[in-house]
Amino acid sequence: MKKRAFAALMAAVTVAGLLAGCGSSGSDEGSGTTESTEEGKVINIYSWNDEFRTRLEAVYPEVESTSDDGTVTTLKDGTEIHWVINPNQDGVYQQKLDEALMNQADAAADDKIDIFLSETDYVYKYTDAEADVAMPLTDLGIDPDTDLADQYDFTKITASDREGVQRGSTWQCCPGVLVYRRDIAQDVFGTDDPTAVGEKVKDWDTLKATAEELKAKGYYTFASYADTFRVYSNNISEPWVADGETTVKVDPLIMDWVENSKEWLDAGYLDKTVKGQFNDDWNKAMGSSSKVFAFLLPPWGIDFTLNPNWDGDTGAWAVTNPPQEYNWGGSYIHAATGTDNPEHVKDIILAMTAEKDTLLKISQDYLDFTNTVSGMEEAAADDTYASDFLGGQNAYEYYAPVAENIQIAPLSAYDLGCVELFQNSFSDYFQGNVDFDKAKDNFETAIKERYPDITEVQWPE
Amino acid sequence: MKSNKANRVQTIIAHVVLIFLSFLCLFFFYILIVNATRSHADLQKGFSAIPGTYFLENLKNVANDGSFPMFRGILNSLIVSTCSAALCTYFSSLTAYGLYAYDFKIKKAAFTFIMAILVMPTQVTAMGFLRLITNMGMYDSLLPLIIPSIASPAVFYFMYSYLQSSLPLSLVEAARIDGSGEFRTFNRIVLPIMKPAIAVQAIFSFVGSWNNYFVPALVIQSKDKMTVPILIATLRGADYMNFDMGKIYMMITVAIVPIIIVYLLLSKYIIAGVTLGGVKE
Amino acid sequence: MKKKRRSVSYAKWGYIFILPFFICFFIFSLIPLIDTIRYSFFEYYRSGIKEIGPNFVGLQNYISLLGSDMLKYAGNTLILWVIGFIPQIVVALLLANWFTDIRLKIRGKQFFKVVIYLPNLIMASAFAMLFFAMFSTNGPINSILMSLGWISEPIDFLGSVIGTRSLVGLMNFLMWFGNTTIMLMAAIMGISQDIFEACELDGCTSIKRFFYITLPLIRPILAYTLITSIIGGLQMFDVPQILTNGQGNPDRTSMTLIMFLNSHLESRNYGMAGALSVYLFIVSGILCFFVYRMTNGTDSEAKAARKRAKAAKGGDRR
Repeated sequence: MKKRAFAALMAAVTVAGLLAGCGSSGSDEGSGTTESTEEGKVINIYSWNDEFRTRLEAVYPEVESTSDDGTVTTLKDGTEIHWVINPNQDGVYQQKLDEALMNQADAAADDKIDIFLSETDYVYKYTDAEADVAMPLTDLGIDPDTDLADQYDFTKITASDREGVQRGSTWQCCPGVLVYRRDIAQDVFGTDDPTAVGEKVKDWDTLKATAEELKAKGYYTFASYADTFRVYSNNISEPWVADGETTVKVDPLIMDWVENSKEWLDAGYLDKTVKGQFNDDWNKAMGSSSKVFAFLLPPWGIDFTLNPNWDGDTGAWAVTNPPQEYNWGGSYIHAATGTDNPEHVKDIILAMTAEKDTLLKISQDYLDFTNTVSGMEEAAADDTYASDFLGGQNAYEYYAPVAENIQIAPLSAYDLGCVELFQNSFSDYFQGNVDFDKAKDNFETAIKERYPDITEVQWPE
Repeated sequence: MKSNKANRVQTIIAHVVLIFLSFLCLFFFYILIVNATRSHADLQKGFSAIPGTYFLENLKNVANDGSFPMFRGILNSLIVSTCSAALCTYFSSLTAYGLYAYDFKIKKAAFTFIMAILVMPTQVTAMGFLRLITNMGMYDSLLPLIIPSIASPAVFYFMYSYLQSSLPLSLVEAARIDGSGEFRTFNRIVLPIMKPAIAVQAIFSFVGSWNNYFVPALVIQSKDKMTVPILIATLRGADYMNFDMGKIYMMITVAIVPIIIVYLLLSKYIIAGVTLGGVKE
Repeated sequence: MKKKRRSVSYAKWGYIFILPFFICFFIFSLIPLIDTIRYSFFEYYRSGIKEIGPNFVGLQNYISLLGSDMLKYAGNTLILWVIGFIPQIVVALLLANWFTDIRLKIRGKQFFKVVIYLPNLIMASAFAMLFFAMFSTNGPINSILMSLGWISEPIDFLGSVIGTRSLVGLMNFLMWFGNTTIMLMAAIMGISQDIFEACELDGCTSIKRFFYITLPLIRPILAYTLITSIIGGLQMFDVPQILTNGQGNPDRTSMTLIMFLNSHLESRNYGMAGALSVYLFIVSGILCFFVYRMTNGTDSEAKAARKRAKAAKGGDRR
């Protein structure tokens, strides 16, 4: 009861503040001169996991403490960060976020979203200028050209709307590399040296020859056809859905993925029993009893997925260059339009994504490849960034060049559904449950169901 | 003699079938509990029938995870299930009694109507339901999970058949002659007679409500109001980056233990209730 | 005459007693139903975070649904339901008959009765998750079968149509056969022992007894079981949804109607979901009509059966 009364009071205060704001010049808030006394007491952060929370706790200097259950972080000035975590799967996170964003205008000050996170797959939906749910960084008082000068360009482009206005920022880049088992490399190639192995996997044709070698010894090159998907989909030249259109255009590269995956699967280079990613079988493929040679993963994949699923001795894995540069994932931090804590939000975004020292600390503690060009160059040359899990190898040596060469694929607001449903529909084809045309049909059905405004799907000739 | 022999054969078959079915039923519980005692790394190595040592560890992980407030969820589920079971059985009995014991103009029509809506799936109205409760300001609250259970056609039908078989109208007449009010008659005389039927339907609707996923998933938004099935579902999709199957199994275990305890405590009464009173057609 | 006058004076109580039920139904079911029907004539969905519509489009949603795979999903639902329901009702009848047959000496009867209902207590979503993990290609079931030497390489249960459907059927069976057994047991116990005694005197075997006495007399409850099971079947959602990642894999062969509805609800496509709901409503209406006819029919048959039984006994004690 008390809480509710307090919330009502806060709402009243905000309304009063708004009314007062009407009188003065409207650009006041934009220039970031809002006094800290007007800041709300609660910062609501929407996310799909505790990745951002753990990093913020570790490096944000204003953090005082976090409650045991991880739902509330208290800052030194008494402001509380409330973490609202909903899982990504089945679109739950976005549903809840959308609901909250649509009610943002009517929400009490302390219930308003202040910060939300998005992933590369759907960042475009939220940076859309028309929807205007993520504030332009300039409105917060952050100048991307100077404040974020050390960031990788592709991350800035990813977080920008159609007009090029940046509406989000990230602390991490996700250059994808090839992670392989040292013992299998020893067994098959007689060496586990990353440079030598890198030669064996440097492009698709070489990799195919290597796959044959691995197969001869009873090993699979990758676990699942889904493992290679990002490499293709990240290099498409046209967005899945062009702006203002209602047609899904399937890129020729994606069809190449279908063709190659089928070929690889039938040739026995992939483990037939592993269907897709992030399921029980895929996890097991990362265990010590598995026959899978390598995974294509970005830095977070190594730390969060491979590491916990590996049950053998540490130091059994190593990274090398992928057959083709690609980017996978990336969490963007957005300031929600209508936030009652613009100062705090600005401070958090700057501290978490623009401070080189902070970012380097994240890299050291969490193995994230962070968003600082100069910092990452230093890390690549600095042996203290070597990882035990990778047998003392400094993985940054391989991340950095990939990151510099990443051409971010053109984005659309429909990417998540396209990526998910495409893989799902063609799984049936790979497993021989349906023929090629049926898989295409199924994709068309599924995508139209997910996005009612999609009217047709165009396939490359 | 012959029938005795046949009986013995039948008895043996019955035992074999029963043991097989019981094995099937218990097998899954066993795997669940064994898995809940093992760490993620253990589980990675493959299945083993021997319990591990991570029981407490997993339990601690579950209890301390703020993004999946399991114990809060259990409390919510208890509230929702208990209230709906109570409302549902009481009002269904009331409605059944109203239609059974009284003669009035729309009686026949009302009965036909209820029978007509009996097979209507909840999901059909889900969308409108969501809009309605949003307009009523009940979005993200437990009330819309509880109140609609007042109108449960299936339970009504069960109660009605039960009344037909076990409530002689003369008893109601006798109560009237004694000067008992209609409401009092229902509460004091009819309800006790219906006890067995109420017990059965109470546990059925408790379980149904405990396990309901569709409606709560639509209605509930905030973490502290989530019921167990939503938590389980979100957990299944929970972050792959934070993978810990041991914890997931533990969470399911924690979620079903309360209901199993309630059931085991009541099972004697429930099964006895069913078999004693039963529905006598 | 007297009785009629009295019942008239009590009529208002009848109205009062059924009022809560109807008020509740009108608010929480009828209004939403009308709302749903209304929006089925509109184009109304969410694109990204923008709302499109509502624009009146007449019957277009209905027409495009007919052009979709809706009928296929209806077929899937029916198949999945039958796979689960047939063994469920057969086993439940068998068990109920055994449990109530005093001539059979079953040890640990109480234990079995308690155990068979247990699976019904686990929520479908958790149960499906468990199945998903256990029947995965490298999961425990496959490793057990392989170590027993029954199979030489892992079976891809969830990769084949028959595997997925059987698993859904198996789960539905396991979850509901205990419940049905208890219901049927109650019905059989409700039959007067006199009838059974009479039957025994006439020297009928247990099989005869089952088919000529028990079965006809419990038909109302069988009908009730059928109705509730049809409702459950039409509403089948959690189990296939979780087992197949919401896509009814492989090739959408395990996609049920409600999963189809759910995918429209998920994309907030109110118009399409509305039209689909109306179709579902019509289907349940038709089913309901048949079931209602059946129950009415069985009533008289059951009475006839009872009469026969009583006649066989040679007296009416009641």
